[in-house]
Amino acid sequence: MQSTTYHKASSAGDAAAKLSAAEDGALLAGGQTLIPTMKQRLAAPSDLVDISGVEEMRGITVSGSTVTIGAATKHAEVASSKELRAVCPSICDLASHIGDPAVRHMGTLGGSIANNDPAADYPAAMLALGATIKTNQREIAADDFFTGMFSTALDEGEIITSVSFGAPSKGAYAKFPNPASRYAMCGVFVAQGSDGVRVAVTGAGDDGVFRQGDMEAALSGDFSADALEGVSVSSDGMLSDIHGDAAYRANLVKVMAKRAVAAAH
Amino acid sequence: METAAREMGKDPAELRRQNFVKEFPHQTPVIMNYDSGDFEGNMNQAMEAADWAGFESRKAESAARGKLRGIGMACYIEACGIAPSAAVGSLGAGVGLWESAEVRVNPVGTIEILTGSHSHGQGHETTFAQVVADRFGVPLDSVQIVHGDTDKVQFGMGTYGSRSGPVGMSAIVKALDKVEAKVKKIGAHLLEEPEENITIEDGQVKATGTNKALGWHEIGLAAYTAHNLPPDMEPGLKEGAFYDPLNFTFPMGCFICEVEVDPDTGKTDILKFVASDDFGVIINPMIVEGQVHGGIAQGVGQALLEEVVYDESGQQLSASYMDYTMPRADDVPSYDVLHHNTKCTTNPLGIKGCGEAGAIGSPPAVINAITNAIGNNDLSMPATPAKVWAALGAAKIAAE
Repeated sequence: MQSTTYHKASSAGDAAAKLSAAEDGALLAGGQTLIPTMKQRLAAPSDLVDISGVEEMRGITVSGSTVTIGAATKHAEVASSKELRAVCPSICDLASHIGDPAVRHMGTLGGSIANNDPAADYPAAMLALGATIKTNQREIAADDFFTGMFSTALDEGEIITSVSFGAPSKGAYAKFPNPASRYAMCGVFVAQGSDGVRVAVTGAGDDGVFRQGDMEAALSGDFSADALEGVSVSSDGMLSDIHGDAAYRANLVKVMAKRAVAAAH
Repeated sequence: METAAREMGKDPAELRRQNFVKEFPHQTPVIMNYDSGDFEGNMNQAMEAADWAGFESRKAESAARGKLRGIGMACYIEACGIAPSAAVGSLGAGVGLWESAEVRVNPVGTIEILTGSHSHGQGHETTFAQVVADRFGVPLDSVQIVHGDTDKVQFGMGTYGSRSGPVGMSAIVKALDKVEAKVKKIGAHLLEEPEENITIEDGQVKATGTNKALGWHEIGLAAYTAHNLPPDMEPGLKEGAFYDPLNFTFPMGCFICEVEVDPDTGKTDILKFVASDDFGVIINPMIVEGQVHGGIAQGVGQALLEEVVYDESGQQLSASYMDYTMPRADDVPSYDVLHHNTKCTTNPLGIKGCGEAGAIGSPPAVINAITNAIGNNDLSMPATPAKVWAALGAAKIAAE
C-alpha cells in the first residue's frame, strides 16, 4: 500500500471538511471495496476519512411503515434488526447474504450504494423499494441515483448520510451467486408497494442495476410467478463473462424474478 | 466405460462387472503387473452403500420437485508406490525411485527415524512412528520422525505418487530389520540364551521359555556403553537402508456420485458421494480417510468449479479467487468413505498407498452423474451452471 493519512470523522460535516482539505481523499466506511483496491495499487488516496463511527450516520429507525437506515449501518446490523424484519424482512434477508460473516460485520449500506458495483445487492433493493438517498447536501430518488456501472449521481465530496423508504406490502430478493465471489450473477428484488410493483435487477446488466419494466407491468395486473411466463428477457444489454454469457444471464433474470415473486412476503 | 454402457444400452455397473480383471497377478499389455485386488468387491460395496438399486424411485421424487436427478459411477486404478528403478530407467527416467531411511536408537531407547520421504500434511510424523512403535512395542511418543532437512537427512527421493507408504515405509522396515537383528544378538549375549529364542515385544527383549527379559532401553544403553557386547560387534545401534520397489502398487476404487440438477439455473447439488477404495494394508484409518476427503474435494473442484480462463490476447481473466472458484465446505457433501482392501503382495507391509486416490475417481463420477441427469454426454469440466444449462438446452433441441 502507498502511504496515506488516516482521519477519524466525528460528524458528516467534519468528514466533508476533512475530505475537501485533502489533496485526493477518500471516505472509509467498511473498507470492503476500498482497502482491497488500495492493496492492489489501483487506488492511492492521499487521505482516508473514516466515517464508520459517525453516530448520526448509524442506526435503523422504523416509524410506522417508514424505514430509515443510516449510511454507516453494517450489513450484519440490517440482517439482525428485529424491528426492520417486522416491516421489511426482504431487506434483512438480502443483507444476510452479502459476502460472508466477516464482510457483513464491516461493510455498510452507504458504501455499497456509493460504489454501485454492478453485482452488488443493495442497489437492487434501493431501486425496487423506491428509496430516497439522503446526502449532506440534498435528497436523491433511487431512480436518479444509480447512473451506470460504478457511477452515481453523487457530486465530488458529497456524502450519503442515510436512506429511507416505505416498507412494501410484499417483497423478496432472489440471488444467484457467483460461485467464487458470491456476488450476484443475477439478483432480483421484487417489491409490491403503495404505488405499484417494482422489479430491480443487479448482476445481470452490462451497465449496472436496472428496473425491468415488462415484468413490472405484468405483475401489477397479477402478482404471481405465473404472470411472468409471458415476459421474454432479451440477451441485449446483459453481461457476458467467464461465469455465464448474456443468454444465460437473461435466463437467470426471468428465473430469479419468478422465485422472488413466489417468495415475496 | 460410461459412454460405452450408454451407447450399448447396458447398465453401467453390469458392463464394468463383465470386464473386471478377476485373477491376480495380472499382466497388462502396458508394462504394469497388478499384484492383487478384488475390483468387483469394491464396486459391490459402493453400490450397496449408495443404494444403487433404489435410484429410480429417488429420481422420480426429484422430478416431482422439478429437479433432474442423476447417478454416476467411476472405477479407477492407479500405478503408485513409484517405482522400480530399472523400470523407470528403461522408460527414460534420469533417476532411480528407491527410498532411504536411517533408524537411530538412542542410548536411552528413544528412536529417531530419518526418512527421505517428506510430509506436506499427510501425517507421516504419526504413521511412520506407528510402524516403528508397533514393531517393537515401544511408546509412540518415544519415536521421532526427521524429514525435510537436507543437512540432516541422507539422500532421498521424496513424496509423490502415493509412495510414502509403499516405498518410504518399506525403507524404514528394512532398516528396522537390521536393528532387530542387532538387538537380538545383544539380547542373546546379555541374557545368555540362544539368539533364535530372543523375541522383541511390548518394548521388552525376552527369551522364550524363560522369565528372562530386558527393557528396550537397556539394550540401547548396552549398545552405547559397549561394556559387554558380543565379540567383534561394533558399538552403537544405528542402521540405514535403501529400498527399491519390486513393483508399482495398484490402489483402486469405485466411486458413486448422486446429484440433483436445477434445470432452470443449471446448478448441480451433490446429494451423496460414496467412495470404496482398496489401499491394501492401512496404517492409520483416520489419516487415510482425511486423504480421501481432501482428494474428493479437489476432484469436485475440478468437476464443478475450477477453471483458468484466458482471453484471445493471453490475458488471464480468472486472476484472483474472486473469479477462480475454489471448492468450499458448502460445495461438497459429507462423504461415505469405505474400504475393501486386499493386501499388496510386493512390499513388506502390504501397503498400496492412498494419497492421490480421492482426486482420481471423483471428477468422472461427478460428470457421469450430471450427464446422466441431463441426458447429454457432451459436457466439459468444470460443469458450471451456465455450461450445464446450455447442455440441457442442446439436449432439448436434439430431442425435438
